[in-house]
Amino acid sequence: MTAVLLAFVVVAAVASFFLSQSRAFAVASGAPAILHSRPSYHGFYSFLWVIMVGVGLVIVLTVGPSMWITNTLLAKIGTELPDEPFIAHQLVLSDAKALATGAIASRTDELRLAIAADYSRSANFWNIVRIVVVIGGALAAAFLTHRSVAVDRRARNLTERIVRILLACMATIAILTTIGIVLSLIFETLNFFSKIDWQIHKFLFGITWSPLSGVHTGEMDADKVGAIPLFAGTLMITLIAMMVAVPIGLFAAIYLSDFASQRVRSIVKPMLEILAGIPTVVYGFFAAITVAPFLRGSGEALGLTVASESALVAGIVMGIMIIPFISSLSDDVINSVPQSLRDGSYGLGATKAETIRQVILPAALPGIVSAALLGFSRAVGETMIVVMAAGQGANLTANPFEAVTTVTVQIVMLITGDTEAETAAGPAFTLGFTLFCVTLLMNILAQRLVRRYRELYD
Amino acid sequence: MYDTDRASRDVGMQEIKFSAKNVDVFYGDTHAIKEVNVEIEDKTVTAFIGPSGCGKSTFLRCLNRMNDTIDVARIEGEIMLDGENIYHPKVDPVQLRAKVGMVFQKPNPFPKSIYDNVAYGPRIHGLAKTKADLDVIVEKSLRRGAIWDEVKDRLLEPGTGLSGGQQQRLCIARAVATEPEVLLMDEPCSALDPIATSQVEDLMDELRTNYSVVIVTHSMQQAARVSQKTAFFHLGHLVEFGETAQIFTNPEDPRTESYISGRIG
Repeated sequence: MTAVLLAFVVVAAVASFFLSQSRAFAVASGAPAILHSRPSYHGFYSFLWVIMVGVGLVIVLTVGPSMWITNTLLAKIGTELPDEPFIAHQLVLSDAKALATGAIASRTDELRLAIAADYSRSANFWNIVRIVVVIGGALAAAFLTHRSVAVDRRARNLTERIVRILLACMATIAILTTIGIVLSLIFETLNFFSKIDWQIHKFLFGITWSPLSGVHTGEMDADKVGAIPLFAGTLMITLIAMMVAVPIGLFAAIYLSDFASQRVRSIVKPMLEILAGIPTVVYGFFAAITVAPFLRGSGEALGLTVASESALVAGIVMGIMIIPFISSLSDDVINSVPQSLRDGSYGLGATKAETIRQVILPAALPGIVSAALLGFSRAVGETMIVVMAAGQGANLTANPFEAVTTVTVQIVMLITGDTEAETAAGPAFTLGFTLFCVTLLMNILAQRLVRRYRELYD
Repeated sequence: MYDTDRASRDVGMQEIKFSAKNVDVFYGDTHAIKEVNVEIEDKTVTAFIGPSGCGKSTFLRCLNRMNDTIDVARIEGEIMLDGENIYHPKVDPVQLRAKVGMVFQKPNPFPKSIYDNVAYGPRIHGLAKTKADLDVIVEKSLRRGAIWDEVKDRLLEPGTGLSGGQQQRLCIARAVATEPEVLLMDEPCSALDPIATSQVEDLMDELRTNYSVVIVTHSMQQAARVSQKTAFFHLGHLVEFGETAQIFTNPEDPRTESYISGRIG
């Protein structure tokens, strides 16, 4: 029913566009140039009003009555069954709704049938109200805007104002969502810290991570939420990843920007960027199923013990994942070093290698550093690869051949584990907030560097 | 109409430095330079003039093989430097460019200190054995670039912080620091104000005592002021080449006359 109403609104809006447009031509009596606004603006103005009024009314008259019906019926059930808990009231109501719409209910009794009758009566009533009001509103909007078409009507300015307001609304939604997520992170983090009596240092510097070991008592043990093993694991894997990605990515970028011919570049660069399009889950099982056994085998040949889940495997594969970021960002930065500097260096008899090492790389260094920082913050937040390849136990070790765990892995385990959400959410949100802070800091630093670098040449 | 003071001064016959024979240059399918023959003398300022797109910069860049860095550029014919063909496969363009220095249209100091800018060439070519030697070279080059007095107290500050005229003189100092035999200048004054321009022009005249200087310029007044020889390019052809005073007062070709009297270009 809602879909039909929305379709009607759209059809009415399109129709009102053409009606208003043709009326604009009519009032101009063959000389559209005398109109303040071109006819299509009169059309758009009508179109926008019909859409706004129609869609607005559909939303209000769908959500509003449904909430009102639910509340009145729950109140009624409450007076009938005063001794039962609220959850039982809700069950009765959902059964009644099921009976009213002909679906299968868990139980059928007199109360449920009575509520079902009430429900369908109200629902039908509001449905008719909704149809009448939406159609009426849309037509009224179409009629009023159609009648307002006149030679000196400023439809263009009005349309532009409406569009501006709509755009601002969209931007606001995006910003509010972000603020909402950050606020919920902060509140849950504070909530968690209050549970461990504000012993924040025990979270930041403790070395035992086992947050759910005492949860049956409902209390968090401040001595078991030390996140240092997670930070250490994250850091080690990230460093291994950077050791793989920065040299390979940077040298690939240098090759592409200063050595490769146009043809090679046009083939290699997109291929490198395909790496960025591989889903991280694929990298994850590539790490766990292909790279891990290979490394264990080679380790054995050299007399080393490599665990089947290890920081090394996760780090190497994560490094491969980051290569395209580093190479493509560095390539942009190196390319934006002005050709005049290259010419100046070649003109003095410098070779390509001397030019790159002594002129281009120093000039591009801030940009390259910021590319590395962006890669770093991606590595810190990466999840799928480490879930599959790094391990779950919170070991504090400096040996890259052993299994370690990371902040992201622990968040996954807390949230997907079978502990009830309210207990697990605290540590998970706190870890998430820590991660968010680190990544944000890295990104700000990287952006600062990029901006300073731009000022140098513009 | 044109002040050809310096031009008429000592135009004695000098040794031939560059000798170009039947040079053609192609950019992809575009035929940019057509059958150019020219002889450039040592210890002389030679000016290339002509309307935009006539090929004068392209030809200049052939003289130190800077066109090699452009993939689609192709050169035919031969250019002899001191009797040796610089396009012979045996010749290393890197060594050639150390001998034939270049100054560009836009000042392009490296984002390094003033000292390091000038020391760049001597360092890569190993011209200085000790730090003291290098100091001497840097000072001598900055003096030749007529900028020493302005920068001697701030040699460690970035070269990019200088004014446009100072930057261009720094680039000239940087070019002479490698002790080239020829100095190519591609519109060296087009980004400079009149005062800086006159400083650079004075500098060219001084450099002539040691080097062969070739400049590309859009300003005919400048060509008349600083050069002894002038070449007029038009649509890829070298239309006329001769002594500056003669080109500006009594050109042989009607196209040259139209150009210097302002009727074309």
